[in-house]
Amino acid sequence: MEKGAPLHKLVHTFATLADLGQEIAETSDFQEKMRTALHLVQGSLGIMRGALAEFDSDLQALSFVAVHGMVTETRSDVALSPQEVSDLLSLGICGLPRDDRTPAFTRFCTRQKSLLDSFRVDLVVPLIVRQNLIGIMLLGGKATGEDFSMEDREVICALARHIGVGIQEHRLFVELSHRAVETRRLYDEMRGIYRDTVKAFAAAIDCKDKYTQGHSERVGKYSEVIAREMGWSAERIEGIAVAGYLHDIGKLVVERDIINAPYRIDAKQSSELNRHPAAGYEILLPINHPYADIPLTARYHHERIDGRGYPEGLMGDQIPLGAKIVSLADSFDAMTTDRPYKKRRVMEEVVEDFRRNTGKQFAPEVVAPFCRALLKEVNGETKNVKIIRLLGKGYVETKRIAPMLEQFIDDLESGVFTAAAGTA
Amino acid sequence: MAELAATSQVRSRSIGELAVIYAGDYLNKLSGERIERECRRQLEAGCRALIIDFGETELVNSIGVSILLGVIDAAETIGAHLVFSNLNQQTVELFEMLGLTRHVALAKDEEEALATLTEFAGRHRPAGH
Repeated sequence: MEKGAPLHKLVHTFATLADLGQEIAETSDFQEKMRTALHLVQGSLGIMRGALAEFDSDLQALSFVAVHGMVTETRSDVALSPQEVSDLLSLGICGLPRDDRTPAFTRFCTRQKSLLDSFRVDLVVPLIVRQNLIGIMLLGGKATGEDFSMEDREVICALARHIGVGIQEHRLFVELSHRAVETRRLYDEMRGIYRDTVKAFAAAIDCKDKYTQGHSERVGKYSEVIAREMGWSAERIEGIAVAGYLHDIGKLVVERDIINAPYRIDAKQSSELNRHPAAGYEILLPINHPYADIPLTARYHHERIDGRGYPEGLMGDQIPLGAKIVSLADSFDAMTTDRPYKKRRVMEEVVEDFRRNTGKQFAPEVVAPFCRALLKEVNGETKNVKIIRLLGKGYVETKRIAPMLEQFIDDLESGVFTAAAGTA
Repeated sequence: MAELAATSQVRSRSIGELAVIYAGDYLNKLSGERIERECRRQLEAGCRALIIDFGETELVNSIGVSILLGVIDAAETIGAHLVFSNLNQQTVELFEMLGLTRHVALAKDEEEALATLTEFAGRHRPAGH
């Protein structure tokens, strides 16, 4: 060999180590990473054949993840006995030639003779990380025909440590991925339980008021329709639906006689009834909801943008957007369902009410999307016919209501209605 | 009659039962795998004499070396002859150091490689042909 050969070899080895480090860190495809790592080991010293196997401690078996130049039919999993695992662990990370006479290694070679023979293995390298058997690397002879020198084996061990860490990292990643999937499943399950609980609460609220059964559920659904039309994310839509379901939870603390009075209630009773938004807020506040602003929506769903609402008389943008949505949905359901003291209004009157009260009671930015969603249903432009289904068959007369809605939407979008001003 | 072909950006040409495959400027994993595919394709098609020309190759890394070892192993297994031509001094030194030159003949250019393989083919031609 020439004078500069040792230096040349050193430079080649360093370049290989650098390439391996990069490969282990950067490549995301595990199989590809292992194939390349094996190429790098073989290419560093000119090794004709090689195989890399991962050890599965649950199955107690070696599974080949990369094989170069060795017969392919022996690539199926290889079972290892606890004794063999223990023998390999006792050897540590080292490159052992087949003729090594260490007792543990001799035992391993005797038991795995057919595998080592079929692969024409010259060197066996256990891959160990923190006293755990991670895998094994089997290498054929050098292309030079020379035996592996002590230096060669040290280079192989250095590369093997990197590969072992790469396999271990992959395992941790897979484990974390599984845990993330499991966590997601549990989270979804908990959300499901939360939603069911919310629905149960809504049913409990509505039970208290025999005339408004299903009111909370309908308000939740109308709120959902408005939020969807406003382009909210799926999570926020789910949140506003929950807020709709729970908006009247404060009624649980109001006397049943007042809620169910079959006549217009007096001022004192009205004052008692008007406690329910603040009471709802107090009930909902200690709960750690998975969505934002649920208690605030309950508190402010009777506020009006002209400041004449309750409990605080907030105006315009002081009222949270969710509360504006639920307020509109709540009023819409009140107008479109029979009450003890009056029958429900016809749809045209409801649209007229919206027109009169937009900018006063209702916020234009939520009235417009609600009307657009309703118009889409009326015109058959959507398969998701939620509002009409909730209103019941025959309630909406398409021919009469569509032009009204179109005109109203045009007016809303042209800015005729401004907050706290009503019709300009 | 010579035929030129380009498989996945690897240039090659066939001259009767011979094939010449041209390696790119840097023999790494990507280009190495293309060369390997082309060599295996040629061997499977019955070619028993291959030239890999390194005229454009400036650098061969460890992955490239390993892939070439695989090609050598595949060629040896089926008794095909392999010649590397046009190598720069650095690559010659690398291949000598790692033992590739024990398995493959080196030629200074494609012409010399063709002559080597023609001589080989002549020596191994079955009697009567």
